[in-house]
Amino acid sequence: MAITTRQGFQHSLEDLQQNILRMGSIVEQTIAKSVECLARQDARMAAEVVEGDVVVDEMELQIEDQCLKLIATQQPMAKDLRKIAAGFKIITDLERMADYSVDIARTAQRILETGQPLIKPLIDIPRMAELAQVMVKQALDAYVREDTELAYTVARADDQIDMLHNQVFRELLVFMMEDPKTITQATYLLFVSRYLERIADHATNIAEEAIYLATGERKELND
Amino acid sequence: MMQPKIRITNLNFYYGSKWALKDVNLEIKPNSVTALIGPSGCGKSTFLRTLNRLNDLIEGARLSGEILLDGQNIYAPDVDVVNLRKRVGMVFQRPNPFPMSIYDNVAYGPRIHGLHNRKKLDEIVEQSLKAAALWDEVADRLRQPALGLSGGQQQRLCIARLLAVEPEVVLMDEPSSALDPISTLKIEELIRVLKEKYTIIIVTHNMQQAARVSDYTAFFLNGEMVEYDETEIIFTRPRDQRTEDYITGRFG
Repeated sequence: MAITTRQGFQHSLEDLQQNILRMGSIVEQTIAKSVECLARQDARMAAEVVEGDVVVDEMELQIEDQCLKLIATQQPMAKDLRKIAAGFKIITDLERMADYSVDIARTAQRILETGQPLIKPLIDIPRMAELAQVMVKQALDAYVREDTELAYTVARADDQIDMLHNQVFRELLVFMMEDPKTITQATYLLFVSRYLERIADHATNIAEEAIYLATGERKELND
Repeated sequence: MMQPKIRITNLNFYYGSKWALKDVNLEIKPNSVTALIGPSGCGKSTFLRTLNRLNDLIEGARLSGEILLDGQNIYAPDVDVVNLRKRVGMVFQRPNPFPMSIYDNVAYGPRIHGLHNRKKLDEIVEQSLKAAALWDEVADRLRQPALGLSGGQQQRLCIARLLAVEPEVVLMDEPSSALDPISTLKIEELIRVLKEKYTIIIVTHNMQQAARVSDYTAFFLNGEMVEYDETEIIFTRPRDQRTEDYITGRFG
């Protein structure tokens, strides 16, 4: 008869991953909202994003405690150990992403304060935000399902984000050259694009962790 | 390439009709700690005992293959088994001091190998007890019975007794499974120090212990050596699913 062992531990690991997914989904929403408040010039929504950051910070600490407790009490080995070690790093990446979203919301507030309407309708920046959200979701799914294929999909999406970021840069450069009055806002928008590009890099880190969990091997996807 | 201290080639071992070790191939590196892990009955203790021919006395036991110690076959007909066991010593699960004084326990080996010079014996006893990290605790009561020591001290005495005959390889069969956690950590610290001079092979059921003390780990299952690698690799990213299942406690 086969006896199943470590069911309690197994449940704790699943619970850990569920919490990471929950944190990830909040971060996805935060990314979306930060760009939405910018596009819609919505000051209230921007304030919500800034204030909401404490929730993510709180979750990071909670999950970190959960990881520490599992290491202290369960002596995890092999894949269990990699799952927890990856969890540790993933929540740091998620927390950084939330911080970048706050940076975007703050930038939206500054643009609002200038009183100047948007110099152009935002197209590529919302696209970058959407892509970044999908990357976060896929990277976390890759981690939970140990799906290396999905992890590589995330890395490919990162190339697309980098391309968009370059495109935004060139476009804003043209605006600034044509009309110096756009320089302040264009610089702000360039920051936003850069923040989104960084968010995507963190999502790619998560994808690397997913590959490490699944295979035990380190792969550099950010290049 | 460093010459292995022990080279095991196609080792098979049978207890009557039971095939206890199946084609084991392994090279033990000198001045290192190799841990043997695996569930009860997997063959790890049998394997350990083939290394100093402790299985010779078991009726119906049969062995094939080759075990070379520094390139010499330890099962060759002309091998002096007593001398072999002096070179390849063993520490057992339960401390087994002789019912005599602490001093006589440590001096026992050198004496049966013909040493009776009092000064020389004093020296060996002191050195061995120091090497076993026991000297400070017993220096003032060497003449007292060894059985009056605590379990952890008795086990370190057994290690001192072993070191007194200057072995090259130390085999340990669950040396701390009968000890409390602090005594266990003392034995583990001792193992770490001893490997500078000796080659150590340890059988342990305690996976954290294997992870803590060893440089290399071999996983045995049903008489087969499933996987052997650097300890760090075995415990973070083993290659074989059976190793993974065992060390993560999801067996059966």
